[in-house]
Amino acid sequence: MSFDNALGAIAEDNDEARWAFGTGFHDPLAGVDTAVPDGVDRGDLASYCLMLGDDALIMSHRLQEWCTHAPELEEEVALANVALDLLGQARLLLARAGVAEDAVEEARRGEDDLAFFRDAAEFRNVRLTEVPNGDFAHSIVRLLLFSTWRLALLDRLRASRDPVLAAIAAKGVKEVAYHRDHAALWTIRLGDGTDFSHARAQRAVDELWPLTGELFGVHDVERRMADAGVGVDPSGVRAEFDAVTSEVLATATLRAPEPEPPRLAGRSGDHTPALADLLAEMQSVARAHPGATW
Amino acid sequence: MVNARAVAETVTDPELPMLTLAELGVLRDVTERAGRVEVTITPTYTGCPALDAMRDDLRSRLAEAGYADVSVRTVLDPPWTSDWISESGRGKLAAAGVAPPGPVPHRPSGPIPLTLGPTRRVRCPRCGSADTVELSRFGATACKSLRRCEACREPFEHFKEI
Repeated sequence: MSFDNALGAIAEDNDEARWAFGTGFHDPLAGVDTAVPDGVDRGDLASYCLMLGDDALIMSHRLQEWCTHAPELEEEVALANVALDLLGQARLLLARAGVAEDAVEEARRGEDDLAFFRDAAEFRNVRLTEVPNGDFAHSIVRLLLFSTWRLALLDRLRASRDPVLAAIAAKGVKEVAYHRDHAALWTIRLGDGTDFSHARAQRAVDELWPLTGELFGVHDVERRMADAGVGVDPSGVRAEFDAVTSEVLATATLRAPEPEPPRLAGRSGDHTPALADLLAEMQSVARAHPGATW
Repeated sequence: MVNARAVAETVTDPELPMLTLAELGVLRDVTERAGRVEVTITPTYTGCPALDAMRDDLRSRLAEAGYADVSVRTVLDPPWTSDWISESGRGKLAAAGVAPPGPVPHRPSGPIPLTLGPTRRVRCPRCGSADTVELSRFGATACKSLRRCEACREPFEHFKEI
């Protein structure tokens, strides 16, 4: 097999095996037993998976926006790695939502339908994930707050009655623990660094902190799923979130604002305009060429 | 005809071609019944983009060996751990300049603790010195971090404990 140039080599048809990163992704739950356990409400399970999946998808997208913009190469690679882990979690969770919402296989929405063909008001992510990127400190503090919260949720979700959610959570715990450590190390480096980096980090904390109240608001779906032993009541992870963030912020010589009252926003589809802007970019290719693979 | 398990065990990882999927611990089981082969794999990372390539490689290698009816099952639980990498796999990683993972630390009960300091000593795969530092917790692939040896000054990759 020979090619005149590199372009010819990568354009060769029917060679997906060479292209782990190209087109033709299979269902991420391919080969997994996806039966919904008896007594679990399919609609609630689907909504709950969308909540956790959308958090991961939108957070991943904001992190991906750092590609080619990060302050140094190592950090660019790190943020892309974190984004890839979260994208993987999003794929599994959206695929799980599609299976749960429709028992009939042919009628199901797949991960791409859910990611690319829903409008902003149908997304269930918390607002913390969608607000636009600021400087590097902003993304690091956001990752600290997000991964501290998500790790506490996933750790409890390992005991879910839904074996698929439990398995996704068990894997996700290992990944998100790394993300949280990484964000904590950078928060300390920036906060306890120069006057300049400290001021930037403190500004990021002050800007993002008001969004943390939403992490502990309990949507009806979350309450029912928690009562059914399938999901996690987010109000129950607040003590762990407070303990970890206060430890990291204190070590970073950063001031933690007062705890925010719990509230609901993104979980009910109530988003900032930034989400529609993000989706317009993320969904543009899929919507311009429905069904296309590349 | 070669035993199906023996065939599956020759398939290598797309990202770490020096290792077979068996040595990496991704290949969990191979069963053969009435000409039908079922292969069970567990992904290393949730977002691992190489999973599709692994499935394709397993199917095509088994097809070449005469097994037409092959299904590849994915099992997510228990989650993959670097403890599943075999001794020969660790040897091949080191020979390729990748420091193999140490044992995964036992998790204490209660909330998962932050890990902010250096966690363990990693030996340089080139000169063997234990005087190495972490450059970045994230390397070119999700499963590796980047380190540098203070003795021979060479950078190297370390397979993460997960």
